[in-house]
Amino acid sequence: MNRVLTLLGIAGAAILITSASIAQTLNTVKTRGSLSCGANGQLPGFGLPDAQGNWKGFDVDYCRALAAAVFDDPNKVKFVALTAKDRFTALQSGDVDVLVRNTTWTSSRDTQLGLNATGVNYFDGQGFMVRKALKVNSALELNDAAICVQQGTTTELNLGDYFRANRMRFKTVTFASVDEALAAYDSGRCDAYTTDASGLYGVRLKLAKPDDHIVLPEIISKEPLSPFVRHGDDQWFDIVKWAHFALVNAEELAISKANVDEQIKSINPEIKRLLGAEGNFGEQLGLTKDWVYRMVKHLGNYGEIFERNIGQGSPLKITRGLNSLWTKGGLQYGMPLR
Amino acid sequence: MSRVSGRDRPQISLLFDPKVRSVIYQAVLLGLVGLVVYAAASNAIDNLARAKIASGFAFWNHTAGFEISQTLIAYSSQSSTYGRAFWVGLLNTLLVAGLGIAFATIIGFIVGIARLSSNWLVARLAGFYVESVRILPLLLQLLFWYNAVLKALPELRDSVVLPFGGYLNNRGLFLPRLDVAPGFDLVLAALVIAGIGAVALRLFSRVHQRRTGRRLPVVTVTLVLILTIPALVFLAAGAPVTVRYPQVGRFNISGGIEILPEFVALLVGLSIYTAAFIAEVVRAGIVAVSRGQMEAAQALGLRRGLALRLVVIPQAMRVIIPPLTNQYLNLTKNSSLAVAIGYPDFVQIFTGTVLNQTGQAIEVVALTMAVYLTISLGTSFLLNLYNARVALVER
Ligand SMILES: N[C@@H](CCC(=O)N[C@@H](CS)C(=O)NCC(=O)O)C(=O)O
Repeated sequence: MNRVLTLLGIAGAAILITSASIAQTLNTVKTRGSLSCGANGQLPGFGLPDAQGNWKGFDVDYCRALAAAVFDDPNKVKFVALTAKDRFTALQSGDVDVLVRNTTWTSSRDTQLGLNATGVNYFDGQGFMVRKALKVNSALELNDAAICVQQGTTTELNLGDYFRANRMRFKTVTFASVDEALAAYDSGRCDAYTTDASGLYGVRLKLAKPDDHIVLPEIISKEPLSPFVRHGDDQWFDIVKWAHFALVNAEELAISKANVDEQIKSINPEIKRLLGAEGNFGEQLGLTKDWVYRMVKHLGNYGEIFERNIGQGSPLKITRGLNSLWTKGGLQYGMPLR
Repeated sequence: MSRVSGRDRPQISLLFDPKVRSVIYQAVLLGLVGLVVYAAASNAIDNLARAKIASGFAFWNHTAGFEISQTLIAYSSQSSTYGRAFWVGLLNTLLVAGLGIAFATIIGFIVGIARLSSNWLVARLAGFYVESVRILPLLLQLLFWYNAVLKALPELRDSVVLPFGGYLNNRGLFLPRLDVAPGFDLVLAALVIAGIGAVALRLFSRVHQRRTGRRLPVVTVTLVLILTIPALVFLAAGAPVTVRYPQVGRFNISGGIEILPEFVALLVGLSIYTAAFIAEVVRAGIVAVSRGQMEAAQALGLRRGLALRLVVIPQAMRVIIPPLTNQYLNLTKNSSLAVAIGYPDFVQIFTGTVLNQTGQAIEVVALTMAVYLTISLGTSFLLNLYNARVALVER
């Protein structure tokens, strides 16, 4: 019964997509006095409220950075926890202003779904987790295995491709939320659990005995994770896109939470432009000159956000890998400010 | 109110005529509703176009690409379409709802009658069942059954081996499958003939009972007919079936019939939950039949069981059917809680994955509502037919 009501709700929401919320997101956010951010509510390291109800995570900090840029206050965010399957409807219908929820940039999402990916904040790929006791060392040994997976993800689709390409058979058991899928895996219903490798680090910590499980070496797909906005609002698209580039540029220029007040006095023109001491980059976006200063002051640069939430400063201990700066052999590359 | 004849009717403006008025009100209301629907629809279409969200039903023929754990019709993630996935999901929903309705009805009638039993313990047990099942949310019960099923069953390596080559473990129940070979049509034909014989016997026995007052052993003879004739033909045709046994692999068992734990948990959960409500409906129906009916039947010499079956329940059915229809519809709608325990029902497949992948919320939700509407109307229609048959015929 409740399901049917929810359905009606979604239908209603979809019908009421208002033109205002599509065109002028920045104004809407300003008049509302807070940013509405679609986040992951169940994934340690990326988006999860802690015991006190404070939202924590890598993606969560991106929403906070946007709030800092607009309001100079990283707490002016209303987080909306979205499951994989409901996230796009929530963004399309204007329920959230931006979706930052470990979401893979794919062609259909960028076009058919009416959304825009704003830039990859985490380069990822899909992996598998199995019980050590199974004595499996490679995903290629998983022929005929039962695999628990979450609905509405690229994961669900890659799985079919990978197994077929390797002439293997498999059985999926599909769940709407990660907690349910994980519980089924933990109770032995499935041989393997699969999702983005970053997600595996996070969900492994949720298992009864994390050390009884290993992540297999194969990465079977490309999962460029990106924030998303709706089509049709170029200004807001630019803001979310450049927020990421600004955070990466801040790291490249060694501007950090600790030294940003020093750096703003720097004579380096690139730093001056980025922090708003020179030029009017922020105003071109409809924000203030010091918007990047605000983001870094409250949250730190890209590297700091990474290390604090998913890197060495966190229980996940993910190494930077592909997400190192391009100057250090990685793929993170902030577009130039000119 | 008696009608005023045309001549003595006072001349008043048409506007004050209650009939004309009500027609006007209804027309206005209809117009307003139509306007709202039109505005909403054209607004949605405009906005979809502006946001460049795909619309229309072209997605129906696009490849689905995702796997489904239980498919009653052929389906492959690589070549089947979203349209095919729609049917797979619908059949899965109908399967669990159909069986759930059957089980819930059986359990519900037993428990409902048991609640009125003169045996103190039986009545109390039935009452306890109804009360405890009704206070817990269904979702919780489904999760309970799913975990109970999964925890109680052994791992693949320690599968319980069943007679005739079946296996039971936490991946499901695996049974040998019978594939029919040529010659099986004869067995089916024999079954049909035996069935016709049984019906003829029943009709004859009714006439016979009316004439002589004696009852023929209809049930026994029917069983013998239906079991032995096809069995003999089956043997004579040289057992025209091949058996496919489930094969144990490294991770899984394949071949044969596979019954998923998700399916069992959902079926058990829905049946037990709805049965508690049906039990109350049945109890209310029986209580509504005046006590004198039972007493009169017993005075005529019918045993309590027979009196219940032949006199009380047929009358109770009139009261039972309408609320029973509601319970059937509830069960069908509740089956969409399958999402929580990984059973691929219609909502999980279509309103879940297909909606997410295509992003076409309006089309998908509209189709979903159409499906549930059809199921609801269909169920009500069938039960209304039945209701018309048992309803009190007034002469
Ligand atoms: N990147 C993939 C998968 C993202 C995803 O949903 N991952 C799961 C498994 S780690 C998740 O975050 N689930 C949390 C939830 O649904 O609450 C996609 O965009 O489709």
